[in-house]
Amino acid sequence: MLYIDSISKGIVIDHISPGLGFRIFQYLKLEKSDYTVALIINAPSKRKGKKDVIKIEKHTDLDLRIIGIIDPDVTINIIRNEKIVEKIQLSPPQKVEGVIQCKNPRCVTSTEDNVTQTFSLLDKKELSYKCDYCDHIYNWEM
Amino acid sequence: MKHLIDSMDLSIEELEELFTLSKEIMKDEDKYRFSCEKKLMSTLFYEPSTRTRFSFEAAMLRLGGKVIGFSEASTSSASKGESLPDTIRTVGSYVDLIVMRHPKEGAPRYASLTSDVPIINAGDGGHQHPTQTLTDLLTIIEIKGKIENQTIGLCGDLKFGRTVHSLIKSLSKYEGINFILISPPELKIPEYIKKEILLKESIPFIEVETLEEVMGDIDVLYMTRVQKERFFNEADYVRLKDTYILDNKKLISAKKDLAILHPLPRVNEISPEVDSDPRAVYFKQAKYGMYVRMALIIKMLGAI
Repeated sequence: MLYIDSISKGIVIDHISPGLGFRIFQYLKLEKSDYTVALIINAPSKRKGKKDVIKIEKHTDLDLRIIGIIDPDVTINIIRNEKIVEKIQLSPPQKVEGVIQCKNPRCVTSTEDNVTQTFSLLDKKELSYKCDYCDHIYNWEM
Repeated sequence: MKHLIDSMDLSIEELEELFTLSKEIMKDEDKYRFSCEKKLMSTLFYEPSTRTRFSFEAAMLRLGGKVIGFSEASTSSASKGESLPDTIRTVGSYVDLIVMRHPKEGAPRYASLTSDVPIINAGDGGHQHPTQTLTDLLTIIEIKGKIENQTIGLCGDLKFGRTVHSLIKSLSKYEGINFILISPPELKIPEYIKKEILLKESIPFIEVETLEEVMGDIDVLYMTRVQKERFFNEADYVRLKDTYILDNKKLISAKKDLAILHPLPRVNEISPEVDSDPRAVYFKQAKYGMYVRMALIIKMLGAI
């Protein structure tokens, strides 16, 4: 197995469903980070068979709420002094800003340049969101 | 009351206050002749409208206020590429109240984010038309004496019909309302109205495709026009435009105290022979619309 060092301080996003690691990596804009980040895909998992893992070194203050709509089953461990000091349980965020693009061609967001796309949670189970401007429903595709 | 963007922005108490004031204005209009003296209202109509714009302008003029505005986007700075927030900030520095119609859904909500003066949504695409709802509710109260405990039939274009969406949202606040939704499958009510209002609030509703099968059950029949401007594909419009035509024959099985409403303009979905039926109240409805807009302007400007 490929070996990647454990980290002394940072965030480990574990048990990501295979294939979603890269998406989470992109949404967190980790490609722009100036610190060490590891994206591991298809690692063996007792729970899932295979999993993706992201390890982020040194930083613990990222806004991780967006992961709640990409893959709510992940485990997020905050590491300090090589120990897990906090486990974060995710749930879909009530508001999502600048992530979902409204698909309604009649929506004002389709023509106005500087409008921030904002969506509100409609159904937690179905992971459906509603555009705050035109009420168009967006179902998050896993 | 800051803005009126969605019909849900008004609580039952606020609705009742508006209807009470509307009735007072109808009874003694002279008393309110100078209520909005020295106030200026702007009508920003990015999409053509006759009755809604005239209704607002007549309302303001009858209150002693003044009106400036445009009636199509091509005569505004939008045609030069100006953003909506910039237009709103500029116009808002001249006037006390903005009434806005826009073809894009959510445009009034977006405008309200940067506006220092109250904004009234006078229709945004196929989305919402809250002041038509005020008109519809006042009409139901005046004609039927109440809103509660009635079966409301909504017929025609329930998908793009913004007046229908706003009306369902507001009626859902009242007790004992049943909905009968009559439309072809292509023009059914949007999912968000079903999920967020009807199913969430457990409001009884059925969806049917013909008017005949439900006519005898309806207390208030709300007819709508299939609107050409909402279709991207003309062939779909042509195929669906004549799905429902209300005539005297269809009304044979209707209740004697049925109220037939229509937001107007009508094309051919209600045959002119129905106009002389005392149950047809759509022209009275237009007049109520002006009075309820007078009440709304007074409330929003704090002119009472």
